[in-house]
Amino acid sequence: MNAELNTTIIVVSYLAASILFILGLQQMGKTETARRGIRLAEVGMFLAVIGTLLDHQIVSYHWIAIGIVVGSAIGTAMGLLIPMVKMPERIALSHAFGGLAVALVGVSEYLKHGVHIDQLTMAATGFEVFLGSLTFTGSLMAFGKLQGVLPGRPITWPLQNVMNMVGVVAAVAGVLFMINDPSQAVVFYAILGAGTVLGITLVLPIGGADMPVVICLLNAYAGLAASATGFALGNNVLIICGALDGGSGIILGLMMSKAMNRSFSNVLFGAVGGTTEAAPAAGAPGAGIPSSANVGTIEDAADVLSAARSVIIVPGYGMAVSQAQHAVRDLANALIANGAEVRYAIHPVAGRMPGHMNVLLAEANVPYDQLFDLDSINDDFASTDVAIVVGANDVVNPAAKTQTSSPIYGMPILAVDQARTAIVFKRSFNPGFAGIENELFTKSSTMMVLGDAKKSVASLTQAVKGGEVKHAA
Amino acid sequence: MSITTIMGLYVFALAIFVGWQVISKVPHLLHTPLMSATNAISGISLVGSLVAAGSDHGMITTILGTIAVTAATINVVGGFLITDRMLKMFKKRPEVVK
Repeated sequence: MNAELNTTIIVVSYLAASILFILGLQQMGKTETARRGIRLAEVGMFLAVIGTLLDHQIVSYHWIAIGIVVGSAIGTAMGLLIPMVKMPERIALSHAFGGLAVALVGVSEYLKHGVHIDQLTMAATGFEVFLGSLTFTGSLMAFGKLQGVLPGRPITWPLQNVMNMVGVVAAVAGVLFMINDPSQAVVFYAILGAGTVLGITLVLPIGGADMPVVICLLNAYAGLAASATGFALGNNVLIICGALDGGSGIILGLMMSKAMNRSFSNVLFGAVGGTTEAAPAAGAPGAGIPSSANVGTIEDAADVLSAARSVIIVPGYGMAVSQAQHAVRDLANALIANGAEVRYAIHPVAGRMPGHMNVLLAEANVPYDQLFDLDSINDDFASTDVAIVVGANDVVNPAAKTQTSSPIYGMPILAVDQARTAIVFKRSFNPGFAGIENELFTKSSTMMVLGDAKKSVASLTQAVKGGEVKHAA
Repeated sequence: MSITTIMGLYVFALAIFVGWQVISKVPHLLHTPLMSATNAISGISLVGSLVAAGSDHGMITTILGTIAVTAATINVVGGFLITDRMLKMFKKRPEVVK
């Protein structure tokens, strides 16, 4: 085949891929068509890869084949085996892979061109390497915090924001320097080093509960890095995909920040979050119970629920930690069989990434038309018999509405306190991530059920079912 | 600025605009699959990695390119598989249950 025909095929395959990616994402807007959207994107990816293999610069397929085989094997294993609860960790890890790939392509571009690199390619390559390495280490830090390898609380040190700012300015200055004098390889690798260090120092001070925003932001960086690669290689499909990825990361990040009533910069530089994790197995459940709290047994809760006609379930990160989603589904089904109307209220920042609770409940076979957003369900709490809180804390804390001094003041919350009765499943009276008291737990209409969420919910289900049988007999 | 760069900026600006329109229409319900999908799509950096791994610009370039191909392929294959696995779970209430 002649070179001109090859070039035409490549250009057409990239154009087709770009269109298919955008159509695919558009189809993701509805549950009914989302899977079709993924198919379209897969076809687009396939076309782009086949087109690229015709590139005249490729002289040997040996190493490509090895990379694709190894990558496919690892990718397939990860794709099929990772449990749904580990989704935030997986997303963080895949951002790390994406950042790594982009940074390495940038370095090889620089090695390829050497001093003959033109100014624009140098600028794009510089930003590509900087953002790629920053995404790589930043995502690894986020992964470590989510996985519990690193402490979830913010790790801070004096002048950290100043130091980080200096690092960013130095990296940008490095890129500008390279544009004028691309022969200074030392400066190029210093940019790479700056990105690597900044990835670590920018993410360490951010608390575990703020990880949803961090993951979104790393998504945006990964996208921008891919766009920079597109500019360096003069490749439009890379520019487009990077823009789509970057845009989606920024949109989701802004949504998350807004749902916490905090600015992007407060999340990123505020180091909010004292005791982040709900330290499992720390002390006996029930230690430090305030005397005003109304602690109930499983039987008490079952009595209340047997009489309930309308129930709203509010899941939180605690449900993910104790993997209680299947137990929660069983409880909901028992209540439905009992004649109650059951709905789920999902707060936008419940869990550790956007949409985290929805995926867990979908895994447990909860139909998605039982899941409701904060805006669409919040007015209904006042007319609801029982609200069941499973492992959520700050997103149901009335202090967000009443206490101006509270760190979460102004954050929209689910109005669980307005339900006739609230049943709260909680491991202990440990405060949530903001380290603040939750007056919902000591309210007279609230019944606290202490212990592991999964076990408590399962025995409650038994009690509800048993109670019903007794009444029927 | 070369014409390629100017065209690149056009494409970038329009893609941001289209992306914003399309992505802000995705409901909260599907945000995790959306992230997973954009992640798989951003594995398109594979096309850059392929050229680096397959072209003849010295051993270091080939090694870096091969690692990049591996990392990007993990994202593409893993990302699409897991997104589909997630979306398969999202079901409506069966009609029979009333």
